[in-house]
Amino acid sequence: MELTLWTYEGPPHIGAMRIATSMEGVHYLLHAPQGDTYADLLFTMIERRGSRPPVTFTTFQARDLGGDTAELVKRNLREVVDRFQPKALLVGESCTAELIQDQPGALASGMGFNVPVVSVELPAYSKKENWGASETFYQLVRGMLNKSPSEESDQERSPTAWKSQGRRPRVNLLGPTLLGFRCRDDIIELEKLLDIHGIDVNVVAPLKASPADLMRLPKADLNVCLYPEIAESTCLWLERNYGMAFSKTVPIGVGATKDFLEELHQLLEMPAAEPGQGAQHLRLPWYSQSVDSNYLTGKRVFIFGDGTHALAAARIADQELGFKVVGLGTYSREMARPVRAAAKELGLEALISDDYLAVEAAMSEAAPELVLGTQMERHSAKRLGIPCAVISTPMHVQDVPARYSPQMGWEGANVIFDSWVHPLMMGLEEHLIGMFRHDFEFVDGHQSHLGHLGGQQRQSEEHQAQTEHSSTQPHEVPSSEESPLWTPEGEAELAKIPFFVRGKVRRNTETYARQAGCRHIDSETVYDAKVHFRA
Amino acid sequence: MSSTTLLKESGPREVFCGLTSIVWLHRRMPDAFFLVVGSRTCAHLIQSAAGVMIFAEPRFGTAILGERDLAGLADAHDELDRVVNDLLARRPEIRTLFLVGSCPSEVIKLDLARVAERLTGKLNGRVRVLNYSGSGIETTFTQGEDGALNCLVPSMPVSQEAQLLLVGTMANAVEDRLKNLFGRLGIDKVSSLPPRQSTDLPSVGPGTRVLLTQPYLTETAKALRDRGAEILQAPFPLGTEGSRLWMEAAAKAFGINDIHVANTLAPLMVRAQKALIPFKERLTGKKIFLLPESQLEIPLARFLHRECGMELIEVGVPYLNREVMEPELELLPHNTRIVEGQHVDKQLDRVREQSPDLVVCGMGLANPLEAEGIATKWSIEMIFSPIHGIDQAADLAELFSRPLHRRELLNNKLLVSA
Ligand code: SF4
Ligand code: SF4
Repeated sequence: MELTLWTYEGPPHIGAMRIATSMEGVHYLLHAPQGDTYADLLFTMIERRGSRPPVTFTTFQARDLGGDTAELVKRNLREVVDRFQPKALLVGESCTAELIQDQPGALASGMGFNVPVVSVELPAYSKKENWGASETFYQLVRGMLNKSPSEESDQERSPTAWKSQGRRPRVNLLGPTLLGFRCRDDIIELEKLLDIHGIDVNVVAPLKASPADLMRLPKADLNVCLYPEIAESTCLWLERNYGMAFSKTVPIGVGATKDFLEELHQLLEMPAAEPGQGAQHLRLPWYSQSVDSNYLTGKRVFIFGDGTHALAAARIADQELGFKVVGLGTYSREMARPVRAAAKELGLEALISDDYLAVEAAMSEAAPELVLGTQMERHSAKRLGIPCAVISTPMHVQDVPARYSPQMGWEGANVIFDSWVHPLMMGLEEHLIGMFRHDFEFVDGHQSHLGHLGGQQRQSEEHQAQTEHSSTQPHEVPSSEESPLWTPEGEAELAKIPFFVRGKVRRNTETYARQAGCRHIDSETVYDAKVHFRA
Repeated sequence: MSSTTLLKESGPREVFCGLTSIVWLHRRMPDAFFLVVGSRTCAHLIQSAAGVMIFAEPRFGTAILGERDLAGLADAHDELDRVVNDLLARRPEIRTLFLVGSCPSEVIKLDLARVAERLTGKLNGRVRVLNYSGSGIETTFTQGEDGALNCLVPSMPVSQEAQLLLVGTMANAVEDRLKNLFGRLGIDKVSSLPPRQSTDLPSVGPGTRVLLTQPYLTETAKALRDRGAEILQAPFPLGTEGSRLWMEAAAKAFGINDIHVANTLAPLMVRAQKALIPFKERLTGKKIFLLPESQLEIPLARFLHRECGMELIEVGVPYLNREVMEPELELLPHNTRIVEGQHVDKQLDRVREQSPDLVVCGMGLANPLEAEGIATKWSIEMIFSPIHGIDQAADLAELFSRPLHRRELLNNKLLVSA
């Protein structure tokens, strides 16, 4: 049993819904109680999807439990096939149905439908959303391909078949889904990029793919694994069973996009990529180099998100923007290994956690000047008064912009520059306000509302939340040992320090004073402590 | 009984479960914590329904059952003790802890009532631990509040005193206003359930007269009746008419002079009806279809028809409690089509056939209907907005006229059917 206040990921059947809803012609029969239908709003509200997810919930009730819930499943199955005429029927259960063991998958298979039935069993009490999405995608691909063994299946394949067949190489783009971060635009960007390099796209899946498209997957020379959380297991299976190689670089950021192109060219045995090809609109490197970006140097940044986006962000922050990464972590346990490795290279220890309070504590401890995170970190950062940009799911409706804003490829790099630097500029303005605070009325809590879309009511709730927070969780933990006293002079010195590191400086100074045996902290103690901790 | 057409429907539904009511209950009682004992789905539901309102540390959470709990490897009761202890250590300001049952906890038959009793004993009165079920196999959406209030009733102190008890969560400002009005009528002792502090429970006894502020409090009403209270029969305080009848029911029970009541309420009615005029103009003759979700559908339909002139195509309700709804049903026009339960696909077919001007529905359905060119209103908004009482009638009407007004504002050529 585990206490959870907010979760980064939903249960695994939400992952299955993401796959079903991303695709075309798939219907998902989910054995679940009525309350589970809330999941529809994730799609119709966060992503403003204009049609209902193709999911039917059996919505069994307590009174059904005594009777025949299996019959209820069958009735729903018949209706679904009749009404929606899907090209593939996905069948599964949510947490509660798992306990009553009606085995809807087996029921569906026994009903003689003229539709491919793919049953997905997703252990709701041990797995989560991304795992569920990955497993569902894999089961669907496997199910569709096994149902129609094509001539491709036995044949030894090679990524260079395009040469002998006298055509352009073609690849599958695997992993984009609804409720993924900017998948819609990433795909457009990549299709453009690959086209410039003479590579065709065979199938994009699961987003917008039909079951028939899945059956065409083996016609590609190579799989491109865009979001390993979702697509890696499918890529591995296609590699084992169809001999299809897959690429592993995720093209987010300038360096990664270059590496990605190189990897593709190598795997496909194409002549080496022309590095600048198609990159004439890439602006991140120049923007980063231009003189006004000097103030970005060494900015302390804290990164947390899904594995894919956290890793990409760390590399960009470190190598392309000249930031200092002071914290790196992920809630994707499946991606813990690479994230740990990346953190180690940056001299950090990775934070692998799905407890947002632990993440907030780590953030506060690291005293960053910029936070790159999920919507949870946006809220934590806001409470701590630190600028923040959202780089990963889970997200809010405002993280699904109307404008084209990919993360991948060259344009993705441009978008990233803008969206990370913008909150910092706002932060800088605040800092200037701080410097001139004696010139006019200045309130410390006066930060810009970064990405704020909420109305008055929400704002006051946030304020309520803040006051609650400070009353229940005092920032200065009263220690049993005697705390040194701040003299007015010491306080005045402290007040000169920018608000976003002030808490840390206060703590450090007190620790130093205790160690050094000072009972009072004056301005000299603050300087002494500064030197002490710098050394 | 009026001659409304009552139909029943069953099939796949699209409605929240009772856990959802935690979203407003925890805000009403800042010294209470709602601990759902359930699955990751339950945690995800509340968080999604709460939407953008992320709090520093919310006063609700989920004890997520894991495989070990299900396999009996860990004693679920011990585990729950551990979680509760951790939680209370972290949140010393909590005075009432609600253990909220879910579908998984019901199906594995976790006896939360026993756990609650044991924990209350162990905590020595420092924190009261209560229990109710918000599970989706037993409750829909607002029914969760019924469960929560119902489990508070046994702790309410006894009193013989004549008093009015308002039962059901309302916006604080609206509640203050109504209390003030009852005072003007001459009813001075007015208390509320839920109270604003969980420890501040109102008393109950033979002198207590109860006005329900919300139509979904069946079990709570029964429990209060068992404690000697009289449940006053009235329509619900939505719109000028419902609110007036609701207040008059109390005045009558307290033996207050009719003329005084009329004199007090008449100016309010005149003002409120005047404020309604512009909205009524926009809404009159427009067709409305209410999908079942909050249980407020029938009182809303009554208001929208009688005071705003809207034509009722269909009024869906998750379930129908005739006793509670009787005064409302009597005010509905003959042959109003009321459908209890749901088959969401068939119901949406009917929506499309009837092409209503406005559909009241849950958050999951709104954008898909909008994309088909049908204006919608979220039913959950009625739960969060201050809509009760005579003075609020125009605000309530405005909620329904806004989507129509917006469509007029937007250039028709720009509207898409996605
Ligand atoms: S319907 Fe049941 S399982 Fe689903 S969220 Fe509600 S209580 Fe939890
Ligand atoms: S809209 Fe409100 S909840 Fe959402 S990010 Fe802004 S402040 Fe936070």
